[in-house]
Order: sequence, then structure tokens, then C-alpha cells
Amino acid sequence: MNKLLGSRIDQIPDSVEAGVDTRHGQVLYLENINVSFDGFQALKDLNLYIDEGELRCIIGPNGAGKTTMMDVITGKTRPDTGTVFFGQLVDLLKMDEPSIAQAGICRKFQKPTVFEHQTVFNNLELAMRTNKNVWSTLFASLSGEQLDLIDEILETIGLVGQRNFLAGSLSHGQKQWLEIGMLLMQQPKLLLVDEPVAGMTHQETERTAELLLALEGKHSVVVVEHDMEFVRSISRKVTVLHEGSVLVEGEMDQVQNDRRVAEVYLGTLC
Amino acid sequence: MFSMGLLKNDLGGRIIFYLLAAAAILVPVCNLVVPETSVFYLSSYTVTLVGKYLTYALLALALDLVWGYCGILSLGHGAFFALGGYSMGMYLMRQIGERGVYGHPILPDFMVFLNWKELPWYWYGFDQFWFAMLMVVLVPTLLAFVFGWLAFRSRVTGVYLAIITQALTYALMLAFFLNEMGFGGNNGLTDFKDILGFNIQSDATRVVIFVLSCVALAAAYLACRYIVESKLGRVVLAIRDAEDRTRFIGYRVERFKLWIFVFSAALAAIAGALYVPQVGIINPGEFAPLNSIEVVIWVAVGGRGTLYGAIAGAFLVNYSKTLLTGSLPEVWLFVLGSMFVLSTVFLPKGLVGLFSKDGKEDE
Ligand SMILES: Nc1ncnc2c1ncn2[C@@H]1O[C@H](COP(=O)(O)OP(=O)(O)O)[C@@H](O)[C@H]1O
Ligand SMILES: [Mg+2]
Repeated sequence: MNKLLGSRIDQIPDSVEAGVDTRHGQVLYLENINVSFDGFQALKDLNLYIDEGELRCIIGPNGAGKTTMMDVITGKTRPDTGTVFFGQLVDLLKMDEPSIAQAGICRKFQKPTVFEHQTVFNNLELAMRTNKNVWSTLFASLSGEQLDLIDEILETIGLVGQRNFLAGSLSHGQKQWLEIGMLLMQQPKLLLVDEPVAGMTHQETERTAELLLALEGKHSVVVVEHDMEFVRSISRKVTVLHEGSVLVEGEMDQVQNDRRVAEVYLGTLC
Repeated sequence: MFSMGLLKNDLGGRIIFYLLAAAAILVPVCNLVVPETSVFYLSSYTVTLVGKYLTYALLALALDLVWGYCGILSLGHGAFFALGGYSMGMYLMRQIGERGVYGHPILPDFMVFLNWKELPWYWYGFDQFWFAMLMVVLVPTLLAFVFGWLAFRSRVTGVYLAIITQALTYALMLAFFLNEMGFGGNNGLTDFKDILGFNIQSDATRVVIFVLSCVALAAAYLACRYIVESKLGRVVLAIRDAEDRTRFIGYRVERFKLWIFVFSAALAAIAGALYVPQVGIINPGEFAPLNSIEVVIWVAVGGRGTLYGAIAGAFLVNYSKTLLTGSLPEVWLFVLGSMFVLSTVFLPKGLVGLFSKDGKEDE
């Protein structure tokens, strides 16, 4: 198993690996981020640091700016001010979405988004970390190792039996897992997961928690979630966002007993 | 062999392939060998008509690749077809030489008529077949490249893209109508005499161009099938269904769109170049916005996103057009419109959807 992982690390292009310098133990730096839409401040002087291998939960009421924060990290939205660094050296504000993804930051959308008209297998194949330019894809074929990797991820996300199903035929929960599987196919350093258990049954939520916990250590994971029980079940450290900036950051118990958090969530939480 | 491997899971494609092979063998025989009195005789009129349908089918195939697979609704594909046609027309014009009405050794009739003394620079080289064939592909693909680069980079999609493709072909139509542009204005290019030294009116030449059209359609079909079966084809489908998702797993969506758009424009241009010697004329009417919309209807009626559906649709709609415009020309547009509405409402997968099982074949 370890050997397998070792060999896979070799496939990661040098340029990318060399660029992400996490010697200081931190994989993501967001500093003084401001984003406004037509005068409305969605993010206000936001600061956030994510450690290597950390599993972090971000909570906050609707409209707090959680999705916008992910948009900033992944290149979808350019902040008005601020800096975003991936490791010590990679300035994400200078990169577009595909290069950020190729550098190792992958995101799951709030609304599960998979390629509905293609099979589960093909969804994973498309996401796989490999050369993604036009000519290479025109002449691409799968190696044995790549096939093994897809099978391994199918196992991880519990969709072995659905391998050749169209993604559109999956249940809501299965689509969420497939999308997480697609992130894993990219062997990312950092996963951004937006509301993974929204609309899931209790059992599905538990499985998702297990899945995310299993990633801890191997990848840094940032999870945005409303479901406090879910957050309690997975998280070490919690960041509370409110009106575009960090309200409180700390251990779950600490955060839950915080007076300001209670105020913000009054009525929305029991 | 290679081609049959590609068509292994593609019954529609195999049928089209066999039909094209049969046509390429039987049509020459029935037109050139069979005596005119026989029931098996095929008139030159029919040969040319079917040859014209073949070029329309190639144009429909090109559109299906971008629209059916990549979700780019181009309402301007007729422009690439017409530009390919004009390049071929320019070659054919220069072959006329002294045989024009005014007998000028170099200038085409319309230039003499306009009192032009010299050949405009952009007509240079078109007396050479190889150069003209190069331009057939180069000019439309260059236009597609520049247009696509600007549009896709600015992330123009959906209806907005459809509208600017209409605007593109409309603008070209207006430009080609102008006499000063030097493409024959209103009348376009016509009165062709010969191609590579062969009389363009002769049965043998017509049959050769017919066979070439079959070959071009078959080759283009295989190329398109290869593309849609490749990983690139799956990326393109992914872009159609979830563009953002595709971008966020690391694909440069704009480049894929541009590539497929330019390739498609090249196919449309080749179709135009094969069309012109068969119909004997190219004029600015070919740029008419309605022409491009008709192509979309052929593909929708046949069934988009299948490749063979586009070909079937092109034949079916155009055959109906031939029948109807002969007898009841004024109702044709209404029939065309109804075909489109009926197929979108009742047959979202087009006519071929009636014959294929729902869903796609899994391994
Ligand atoms: N593209 C946009 N244009 C205008 N307003 C936006 C846009 N994206 C987000 N917003 C606004 O910014 C605020 C934060 O949104 P979002 O980040 O989606 O919150 P959350 O994910 O925490 O619920 C909301 O008030 C939302 O309406
Ligand atoms: Mg959100």
C-alpha cells in the first residue's frame, strides 16, 4: 500500500510539487481579503490559514461568505484586495481556475455537479491527474496503474457497483460522493468541500463524515457545512464566518460556548 | 479494419458507411455505364442533386460536433461553408481564362465590367489548384480561430454566442454583396468552365466530384467518431453538461472549445468547396442567416449528438425541400418551421432517437 502511494507521488509533475513550499507547515494563506459585489461586501478583511494535513470546518449563517471564499481560493472570483498564497511561494491570484486545479487545489461545489451523461468510471477518468491539454486528451489511453487508481477510488467512495452507471442515475448522496471521488482522482494537496451533506440522509451523512476523516493527514481539507452535528463529528478546529470575516476560531467546544457565536446563530441552532 | 474498429459500437455509422460505399460504386455505374433507356439509369441531374445533399450532410456533421457534443450553438456555420465555397469558386473563375464574355486573359468578367485594370492582390495564387485548396481550409479556420478565441475567452455562451455567430454570417453576407469587395457582388461567382482541365459540365467530372463527396463525408465521419470516442470527446461532453466543473478539474475549457470549433469550421469549409463545382455557382446568399439556421434544423430533426443523426437529418430535410419547392414553394418555410418545432417537442433525440434504445451503450 505504501509502496503504491510512493509510486504515485512520482507521477506528480515536479514543477507543481516544487512550487508548493509548505515548510512552514501551512498550505494556504488568505490575508486581508475584501470582495464586494456592487457595493455589497461579501468578504471583509478575511484572514485564514490552513495547516498541512489539517481538516478544518468553516461554519456560518447563510450569506456569511463561505462560498465566496472558496471562489476566491479557486480563481473564480478576484478579490478587490488581499493576498492568497498556496504554500509559501505560489501566488494564487496570478493563476486561472485550471492552473489552480492542476496545482493541487480542488473543490466540490455546493450543488453537486457531476457529468450526468457519462458513466461513474468516466467521471473519475476525466478528473484524473494527468496531462490535460488538448492534444494529450485526443490521444490519451489508460495505463494499468491509472485503472487501478480509479478502482481504488471507486472503493473509497463506495461506488464499485455503480462503475458503469450513468452519473445522472445516481442518488443525491452518491453524486456527492462521486464528486468527492473526482477530487481525490486529482490527488490534490488541498480539498475544498462546500456543504457535502446538504440533503443527505442520516446514514449518508455518517458515511460522508467517515470519508472525510479518512482523508485527514493525507490531504488538507476545508469543509463548509451548516449541519452542526456533522461538524462536531468530524472537526478538530472550527472557523466561524460572519458577514464576510472570521468571528471566532478554535476547538469545537470553545466555539459552541462562545457568546458571539450564539448570537449570530440565535434561532438557527438548537 | 481501422474504420470498422471505430464503428464497432456504432450501428448508425456502419449503415451510413455501407450506403456511402454503395453510392460511390453504383452511382458511377448507373450514370456512366448503364444506357439511358434502362430503369437503372441515373440522370446527371440526380447525381448532382445527391452530391449536393452529401455536402450538406458534411456541413450538418460539422455542426453536430460543436453543437451536439460541445453545446456550442453556432448559427453561423453557413459562413464557413460559404467561405470554403468562395475559395473554390475563385479557383474555378481563374480557370475560365480567355473564355469569358469579355475575353480578358486574367480578369474575371465582373472585374472587367467594373472597369478594373488589375487583379486584386487577394486573387493572386488562386489559379493554382493546390493554393486554392489550401485557402479553402485556411481562410475559414483562421476566421473560426479568431472569432472563437475572442468569444470563448470572454466566456460568451448559449444564446449570446448563437446571436454573435448569426451576426458574423450576416456581416459577411453584406460585405460579399458589395461590388467593391471583388467577389462578384450580387451575382457571385459562376459560369465555371473546367476544373483541373476537365470540363465541369461533363458527366464524368460530375461523377468524380460525387465520389469525392462520398469519400470526404466518410472520412470526416470517421474523424468525428474518433474524436467523440476519445478522451477529448468526453472532455467536450463534460464542457457541454457542466462547464464550470470541467474548468475546476483542470481543463482549459476555452482551448477545447476553440479546437473543436476550428476543426468543425474546416469540415464545413470542405463541404462548401465540394458544393460549388456541383451547383455551379456561389453567391452571397450562401451567407444568409437563414441558411445557417436551416443547418441547425437538419441536425435537430435527425438527432443531435449522434453524428449519424445529423447526416440522416440533412438528407431527409433537403429531400423534402426538393420535393416541396418543386410543387408548393410558398409552404416550404412553414414546413421547415413545423419540422423543427415538432422534433424539439416530440422527438428531443431526433428521428434517430426513434430507432436507438434509450441511453448509451455501456461496456
Ligand atoms: N456573484 C455574486 N453577485 C452578487 N452577490 C453575490 C455573488 N456571489 C455571492 N453574493 C452575495 O455574497 C454574499 C455571500 O454569499 P455566499 O458566499 O454564497 O454565502 P454562503 O456560502 O456563506 O452562504 C451573499 O449575500 C450573496 O448574495
Ligand atoms: Mg454557500
